[in-house]
Amino acid sequence: MPKIPLDWLEESVPLVPGSTGADVAAALVKVGLEEEGIDGGEISGPLVVGRVMSLVKEAQSNGKTINYCRVDVGEHNDPAGPGHKPDNKVEYPPSRGIVCGAHNFVEGDLVVVVLPGGVLPGPFPIGGRKTYGHWSDGMICSAKELGLGEDHDGIIVLRHADGTPGLLPADVALEPGMDAIGLLDLDKETIEINVTPDRGYSFSIRGVAREYSHSTGQPFTDPAGRVEIAGTAVADAGESSAFPILIEDAAPIRGKVGCDRFAALRVTGFDPAAESPGWMKRRLTAAGMRPISLAVDVTNYVMLELGQPLHAYDLDHLVAPIVVRRANPGEKLVTLDDAGRVLDAEDLVIADSEGGHAARAIGVAGVMGGASTEVSETTANILLEGAHFDPITVARSARRHKLPSEASRRFERGVDTVLGPIAVHRAAQLLVEFGGGEIESVYTDVNATTAPAPLTTTVDFPGRIIGIDIPADEVVASLELVGCVVERDGDDLTVTPPTWRPDMDAPITLVEEVGRLRGYDNLPSVVPVAPPGRGYTHAQKVRRQVARTLAESGLTEVITYPWMSEQRLLDMRAKPEGILRDTIKLANPLSAEQPYLRTSVLATLLDALKVNLSRGAKDVGLFEVGRAYRASTIGDIPDYFEGGTITPEDVARLDEALPQQARRVAGIMTGDRVPTSWRGKGEPYDWSDAIQYVKRAVDVVDLPVTVRAGDAGAAEAFHPGRVAQIWVGDEPIGVAGELHPKVLETLGLPARTVAFEVDLDAIVAASQGVFESAVPVSQQVLAKEDFAFVVDAPVTAADLTMVVTDAGGDLVEDAHVFDVYEGEQIGEGKKSLAIAVTLRAADHTLSGDEVLAVREAIVAAAGERLGAELR
Amino acid sequence: MTDLSPLDAEGIDAAVAAATDAYQAAQTLDELKEARLAHTGDKAPLTLANRGIGAVAKEDKPTAGKLMGQARAAITRAHDARLAILEAERDARVLIDEAVDVTLPTSREQRGSRHPLEALQETMCDTFVSMGWEVADGPELEAEWFNFDALNFDPDHPAREMQDTFFIDPPESGLVLRTHTSPVQVRAALARRDALTNEGRGIYVVCPGKTFRTDELDATHTPVFHQIEGLAVDKGLTMAHLKGTLDAFARSLFGPDARTRLRPSFFPFTEPSAEMDLRCFVCDGGDPDCRTCSGTGWIEWGGCGMTHPNVLRAAGIDPDEYTAFAFGMGIERTLMFRHGVKDMRDMVEGDVRFSQQFGMVI
Ligand SMILES: [Zn+2]
Repeated sequence: MPKIPLDWLEESVPLVPGSTGADVAAALVKVGLEEEGIDGGEISGPLVVGRVMSLVKEAQSNGKTINYCRVDVGEHNDPAGPGHKPDNKVEYPPSRGIVCGAHNFVEGDLVVVVLPGGVLPGPFPIGGRKTYGHWSDGMICSAKELGLGEDHDGIIVLRHADGTPGLLPADVALEPGMDAIGLLDLDKETIEINVTPDRGYSFSIRGVAREYSHSTGQPFTDPAGRVEIAGTAVADAGESSAFPILIEDAAPIRGKVGCDRFAALRVTGFDPAAESPGWMKRRLTAAGMRPISLAVDVTNYVMLELGQPLHAYDLDHLVAPIVVRRANPGEKLVTLDDAGRVLDAEDLVIADSEGGHAARAIGVAGVMGGASTEVSETTANILLEGAHFDPITVARSARRHKLPSEASRRFERGVDTVLGPIAVHRAAQLLVEFGGGEIESVYTDVNATTAPAPLTTTVDFPGRIIGIDIPADEVVASLELVGCVVERDGDDLTVTPPTWRPDMDAPITLVEEVGRLRGYDNLPSVVPVAPPGRGYTHAQKVRRQVARTLAESGLTEVITYPWMSEQRLLDMRAKPEGILRDTIKLANPLSAEQPYLRTSVLATLLDALKVNLSRGAKDVGLFEVGRAYRASTIGDIPDYFEGGTITPEDVARLDEALPQQARRVAGIMTGDRVPTSWRGKGEPYDWSDAIQYVKRAVDVVDLPVTVRAGDAGAAEAFHPGRVAQIWVGDEPIGVAGELHPKVLETLGLPARTVAFEVDLDAIVAASQGVFESAVPVSQQVLAKEDFAFVVDAPVTAADLTMVVTDAGGDLVEDAHVFDVYEGEQIGEGKKSLAIAVTLRAADHTLSGDEVLAVREAIVAAAGERLGAELR
Repeated sequence: MTDLSPLDAEGIDAAVAAATDAYQAAQTLDELKEARLAHTGDKAPLTLANRGIGAVAKEDKPTAGKLMGQARAAITRAHDARLAILEAERDARVLIDEAVDVTLPTSREQRGSRHPLEALQETMCDTFVSMGWEVADGPELEAEWFNFDALNFDPDHPAREMQDTFFIDPPESGLVLRTHTSPVQVRAALARRDALTNEGRGIYVVCPGKTFRTDELDATHTPVFHQIEGLAVDKGLTMAHLKGTLDAFARSLFGPDARTRLRPSFFPFTEPSAEMDLRCFVCDGGDPDCRTCSGTGWIEWGGCGMTHPNVLRAAGIDPDEYTAFAFGMGIERTLMFRHGVKDMRDMVEGDVRFSQQFGMVI
């Protein structure tokens, strides 16, 4: 995001006297430009110019080579004599000793040295220290260390030993010991701001200065207005000396021609060796760009100042005319970064006519220029391009070629349509000022831009939306201040937005301008009164209570990421054909290993268990309420809805097509449920706990639950003999039990770990709209009967309970198996099930005969239906 | 020893005195029982004397009866008095003997806990439900069109790239993991549109839930996070109502002095748009070294604005007749500054120690 050197900003708007960078940032925040950082003003000396007197390369055992340098820092030098311990065995001339790891400098170079007592941005206080067997009195600084950019590779060379310029031009006098803070303008502050996508114009000094003026009332002077254009513009070069430019867009995107303005201006005969002035280099650096050559620096400088991206072509390599057109499919271009690129038919290119009309692409419009016409160190004649490209075309090309550039960033957000000719002249003038040469007097300006469309509104509209009375005069004045032309007819306003505000495309956008200039600080606070609400939905209540119940039952809720690997499914013994059919894959996963969305919550809950175990926990019970995703039901997702207005029917159709993403609740438990304590030995979690948690969840809605011995095919991850299917009504809603030993082994989880997973949406659906009807509470005396039956081993407790309950009819209040016994007395393949039955009638106390009759019926039914014998 | 006569007042008194003495001497309930049997048992003198009443002359019977009645009453009184004392002593001793170390660990089962993000989300929803708002849900796997286009994100607008989106394979599937809960706003508005236009019933909903963006996990980012968004559609709603709602929400979570401020910003689905800051509830702007607000006095909390007319139009609501506001904030972020959570990773790794720091209600 743009970095704004304050001294540069000040050329277009005087800062409020005494303002610091923080004050300026605060003023900009008020009008909607958020601060991202403040550079500069954080360095304190001694930071001085140093001359490298000697440089000894010393290889280190870690493979690095360091330089032990003696540096002349003028008045900061130690007197001649032995150095600081351990360098005290050698006599040195007046100097300081510094260890430096960079290798881009030689003896005699002038560098920037921070001495002990100095502070670099961070803050990073500098002291003398022993390192690599030397005493090092500070540092030789890189650009990054000084907050001058990201360049960390090498140190800054101010001037090379042979007298050639380094960072500073030749005409700047440099002496060892000179203060470098002022020299490098390190006392000047730069603020970095965040520009929202609707405010492309704020990617410039011009735009930010205007915003600062809006915030503070300080007078704004448009830097674009200061540029004088002496020459004459022609749209069609014709016979004139102007460079011919043609726009031939055969395939506009979304109906918009890719280029609606192209200004081209020649500058000839300048000195290719001329250097950019120091202030320009510093400002570019502070703004985050690297100084390269005068021609390139000037185009960047003007872009940063005005917001108009410019391109400089080596005129001698151009063949007229230049044509703006769409790329030919498969067309190739080597861009400035020396990368060969294959163009797409949607890319807008600048082409010249080398090899035929429009035959050679020389740049991707608004994104990056081509290498063939790049300016070089010998270029003395250039053609400056200041064009206006369609934001969508540029955005798509930048994305397609993964080339976000300073230019594309601006074009995507919209560039002021009037700037092209102004910016090329500003650049040309700077070029001539510092490099000599001549600006041509007739230049090309192909201009098909349209003026912004006027918007109609009323003076009270902004106030009505914002919620305060705003005087009509203020509305008009605010709109004019941001650059609109306002015509007022009574209460009606016709507002023409300025050319730099393509975002102002509807009356509502005017409200924002009026609002932000006034500021939202004094906005009244009025709580609106909603109509009586319907509270939580049944589904919301059930989900909430299920989670609370499980938490209250001892499980801890966690939230895991929904991604998983194919391996995870295999580890959970899923069938490979099912994996491919049912699993949704991300096109751009964070990790290539985990491109799939979970098909069960358990699949990722396992990871949370592993985390806890790896951190020393032994007894862990977890649950998660979340969605699992299945692709088997994926439908046809509409790209858009007819007419731009969505109907409830559209949503219904969409929801039909969306993949299944049911809310589920899963739990996993290992170790002791009841820990060993002074009461006795602990009780481990076992399969029955897993089932019990599910029952508790279903009890939230008090639906009858049926537990059935598991069908291994439906729960591959579970132990086939220790898994239950849980049914509500005639629907299986989930499974619970012990995980499969192989799964536990593969995943490195403790043996006998138990788990459950149920479809929470199914519980919600089964209970939605069901009103339980109350049974009167009987006051009659209870009869209790216990039975011990010997049955075949495969007969389950549920089987017996069901038969007993059936046989007892309405009189059975409760029946539950309370003991299971297998052993020699019972016989091979048999077991004893003891069941307690309580009997009660609603209207009378049961007589002995009645109880006996029920007892006999139960014994008979158990014998008949289960082969059970009373023990 | 001759039998005691039921008319021998002196002898009876002596027997009563002997019984009383024996009861007094009893130091335990067993001794008392023994004494009682000795003095009231079948062979006790008083028992025998009582039995002798039948043998006395008719005219003497009343006297004998009275004497014996008084004697029985006296020894019963003496016994019961001693019994009460001895029982009280025994009861007191039992309570001492049964004393336990009540500081022993009492936990029998693992402690459970909600995840604080879920608990906080419920607290937030409760606030809005108490104001008459409703809570709306929607799918996490959403049509790209619904996640963006319906919310006024042009396919080519750079705003679309502000939200790094997870796309479902193949990319032309038209499906994304929702980057915000805003599509639920549109869904909720659509579901309530007829009541709005036919009955004038304003739409007031919050949409909490899981959202996804392609951020790598670090101390302050997570690719899966939770948002709560709000939408109000009614006649005459203004930014002042937006501010009032946010202030009310802030007060419910941060106390009666909480307040918010708005700063101009940009979101495609609102116009005007604003960033919303919460006045620092720790230092109220008074501590330049405050760690909650970094000394700025304000905590960035979320985004908000007046719902863009294009969004209302997409939901079939006439923006000339109704205005609307919307807001949204991250629940992770709220949890971080409200509860001093330093590292986002604690919320996502599933370590039970993190969840168990919090109660069921936060
Ligand atoms: Zn604070």
